[in-house]
Parts: sequence; C-alpha cells; structure tokens
Amino acid sequence: MNLHAIRAIYRFEMARTRRTLLQSIVSPVISTSLYFVVFGSAIGSRISEIDGISYGAFIVPGLIMLSLLTQSLSNASFGIYFPKFTGTIYELLSAPVSYLEIVVSYVGAAATKSIILGLIILATAGLFVPLQIQHPLWMILFLLLTTVTFSLLGFIIGIWADNFEKLQLVPLLIVTPLTFLGGSFYSVNMLPPFWRTVTLFNPVVYLISGFRWSFYGVADFDVRVSLAMTLAFLAVFVATVAWIFKTGYRLKS
Amino acid sequence: MAAPALSFAIVAGMPDIISIKNLSKTYASGFRALKGINLDIRRGEIFALLGPNGAGKTTLISIICGIVNPSEGSVQVDGCDIIHNYREARSLIGLVPQELATDAFESVWATVSFSRGLFGKGPNPAHIEKVLRVLSLWEKKDSRVMTLSGGMKRRLLIAKALSHEPKVLFLDEPTAGVDVSLRKDMWQLVRSLRETGVTIILTTHYIEEAEEMADRVGVIRNGEIILVEDKADLMRKLGKKQLTLHLQQPLSHIPEALADYHLDLTEDGSALTYTYETQADRTGIVSLLEALNAAGVGFRDLQTTESSLEDIFIELVRTGQ
Repeated sequence: MNLHAIRAIYRFEMARTRRTLLQSIVSPVISTSLYFVVFGSAIGSRISEIDGISYGAFIVPGLIMLSLLTQSLSNASFGIYFPKFTGTIYELLSAPVSYLEIVVSYVGAAATKSIILGLIILATAGLFVPLQIQHPLWMILFLLLTTVTFSLLGFIIGIWADNFEKLQLVPLLIVTPLTFLGGSFYSVNMLPPFWRTVTLFNPVVYLISGFRWSFYGVADFDVRVSLAMTLAFLAVFVATVAWIFKTGYRLKS
Repeated sequence: MAAPALSFAIVAGMPDIISIKNLSKTYASGFRALKGINLDIRRGEIFALLGPNGAGKTTLISIICGIVNPSEGSVQVDGCDIIHNYREARSLIGLVPQELATDAFESVWATVSFSRGLFGKGPNPAHIEKVLRVLSLWEKKDSRVMTLSGGMKRRLLIAKALSHEPKVLFLDEPTAGVDVSLRKDMWQLVRSLRETGVTIILTTHYIEEAEEMADRVGVIRNGEIILVEDKADLMRKLGKKQLTLHLQQPLSHIPEALADYHLDLTEDGSALTYTYETQADRTGIVSLLEALNAAGVGFRDLQTTESSLEDIFIELVRTGQ
C-alpha cells in the first residue's frame, strides 16, 4: 500500500473543501434550512402527521439524504474531473499508486465531506423540529453506505464526463428527480397504487426509507430490504470502477 | 539485447537504466504511433530525443511513465518492468510534461509536497526546500500556483518531478516558451542534476539544446528510431564542412581544371565554395589550393563553416538516412 499517496490525495482533496467552504458547506445548509422553513413550518403546520410523526420531523431524513446524494456526487465527480480538465491527471497516472489507492483516496475524501455536511444539516434540523434517533448505529451505517456509494457514482461520472455539462447532467437530470420522487417529502403509501408500483423501481426510495427507519422506527419497506438495495448499488458501482481501471476507460489510451 | 546498431557498451559494468524492447503502440483510432522501438538509455547520461511533430516522442515517454498503455513490447527501468513492477519502476521516474498543467489554488510548497507523497515518499521538508532553492522558487513557496509566471510554472513542474528524488528525469520540451536567459539557467540545472547521478531524457525542438547538452542523440521519425549516436560522433560523422574562398578577381565560370572538386560559384562570381566531409581521410584542401594556384585563381580570404546538429537533423528527417 502506498499510504503516503493516499494521505497526499486525501489531504489535497480536503484542502480543496476548506478553500470552498462557503459553497460546499454553507450553501447546502442554507438551502436545507429553507426547506424546513417552507415545508416544515409554513406548509407542514397544515399537513397532518404521517405515521404518527409531525410533518416537519418526517422530512428530516429525506432532506439529509437529498443533500448527501447530491453532495457526494458533486464532490467526487469534481475531484477526479478537475485534474482531467487541467491536465494534472498526468501526475496521478504516472505515480506509483494502484487503482484501489486512487479510489480509496478520492472517494474517501468526498464521503468524508458529505458526512460532515450531513451531520451539520442534522444539527441544523434540530433547531427547527424536535428530533429523535431510535437506531443511531443504523443511522450511521446508512450515512456511511450512502455517502460511499454515491461518491463512487460521482467518481464514475467524473471519469465519464468530458465537459462540465456532462458533469452536471446526471445529478440534475437523474439523481435530483429520483430523490424528490423517492419519498423525501411524503410516504410512498400516500401515493395512488399505480404510482406506488412505479416508485418501487426508484432506487432512492429504499435509501430514504431505511434512513427514516433509523430515526423513527417507521418505514415504507423493511429495513433489511433497504440495506440490501444499498449494498446492491454499492456492488454495481464498485464493479463499474473496477471495469474502468481495468480497461483504462477515458483515462489511458 | 537490442538490434546491433542500437546496443551500446555497458558503462562501468552497470546495466542500462532504461531498456526498451520492441515497443509498439497502436491507438484506438488505428494510428501506429510507435513501431517496434528498441532503445537503451545509459545510466547517468543526458539523452536527447529529436523528431518532428507527431513522430512519437511524447507517446514513447508517456508509455515509459505509465500514462499510455503499450500495445506490444516491454520497458524496464533499472530492471523493473513498467507493467508488472509498476510501483518500483514509476517511483524511479520524474516526469516534466510538455503542457504547463498545474493546480491553480494550491501553494507552491503544498503542490510540491503533494507530489512527493504521491510518489510514496514520506515528508522531507529539507529536500523540498533544497529543490525549491535550486529552482529559484523558494521566495514563492507560499504563493498560489496561479500567480506564477510561465517560466516559474515550468520550474515548478520540474520541482514536482524532483520532489521524490527520482533516478531518471524525463523533460518533454523543457524550454518551450522559456526566454533565452532562463533557458541557459535550465541547461545549467540539467547539467548539475546529471552530476548528482540523475539520468536525463529530454525531447526538444531546439536542436541547439540537444547540441548544447546531450551526450547522445536519438532521432525518431514516424514512430521509428532511425538513429542513435554519441552526439560528438554524429557531428563528426555526418558533419560537413564548407570552405569558402573569397576571390581577388570574380570568375564567370569555374575553370575546367577544378571540375573534380565540385565547387560552387556564387552568382556574382566573387566566391567559391568547397564542401568536404570531416571524417574523410583526406579533405582535399591542400590539393585544391594547389590546383587554384596552378589555374591562376587568387583569393584574398578564406573561411570554413561546420554544419550544426540542426542541419544534420533536417537532412536526416528529410531523407530518412
């Protein structure tokens, strides 16, 4: 293991986070707070409880998930895309580092940043609504799995993208809609039967359901189904990354 | 070993630092950038790789450094295969790319320290300081990279490449876009690096640069190495000298008696030029002068000029030897 390299990349990426503190931490916190104000307080006060939980508290796990997914994607995709864009990727490719070490450092740094962000949003949410976390270990587990899984997806997007537009394409056109339609703001059971069936094909539903279960002990699906689905995504993305490095796709000719 | 023409004596009993065998590269587009390259780089030398644009210089360097996958053949760096022992092989190499690809927001110190870590070496502030001082970047160590001038960025890339104390340094067009005085400094730096035992391989468009610095010269054309020679031998072997005689009286034509010497007469008839090969046993100058005397052609001055590596290079690339 080239531990020096892992540390160097990880620190480099975290330094980038510190430099962009405002946009990486402050802006997601502000936008999430706005959700709380609008949905939690203003509209939420007119919505009855869902599964015995006040609406404001009900949306907390979904909102954290929304930030985790988008931030993991953008952190990881930008982290690997930018060296490709500036040309500094030559150094990474010519360094005595294995593919595993590259992935661990970039994905690790992106996931770290997302977790910090998730915890900050959680704390912010505590200011607006009374929070309870029934299964803290499960909460941490889902937090970790989700950030790592979506940082991996971000890493894949960063390698695939050959312009800034593509970098934004997947997060904007696929992940954000899936998250909004994935039960961030409602229980899947509130949907008419047809749309409920459609929702079952949305992978993000399982993440949010599992995460919400760790807070309130209520969920749309069994928590084991949520865990299995999360692990399945992780496996798919790990396999994709392995394929990328095996073939040198978009990295090496 | 490589083909006979390309194998060289082993210096001081040490095997070659880089050994390239039958290396080919075909890109996905079908373009064959390298065709069966055999080349050995001697330990501690400065090797200049010359060739026109698109000849395969950068592809060759990129393969050795691990940036491009080879299609066929093998490369060993100090006995380590670049594929199977890539960690060992790559940690011996420092690469200064042609493009000025740098981080923008990092400080000089941070980006050079990053490179050292990336290449698997623990922190060593004393070494980083030494490298930055040698490259006249010490005063800039806390500056953001984006604030540096082009010449400073070039030196920064060299500093990054030297941060992990490599045994082999690749310089891809090191002085492109660098002003004259800085170029001289760069040459001095490369020489002093060689004195510390670093092997240097450089590609260049400035033939002057190869002529100034290289111990050996390789010429690559259309993905093939067409020549590898000691620079001095090359100059001696292919170098032509010209003797120009400024005449007392202009001639209208070259006298019959001098036909054997293949002289050139300038348009105004005021000077004769005689071209001779420096490696020939007899240059024929003495007999020419005697013949001139006999033909009654007097001259008031004479001068000789030597062909430069540039002339040799142009000749080589045009004719393919």
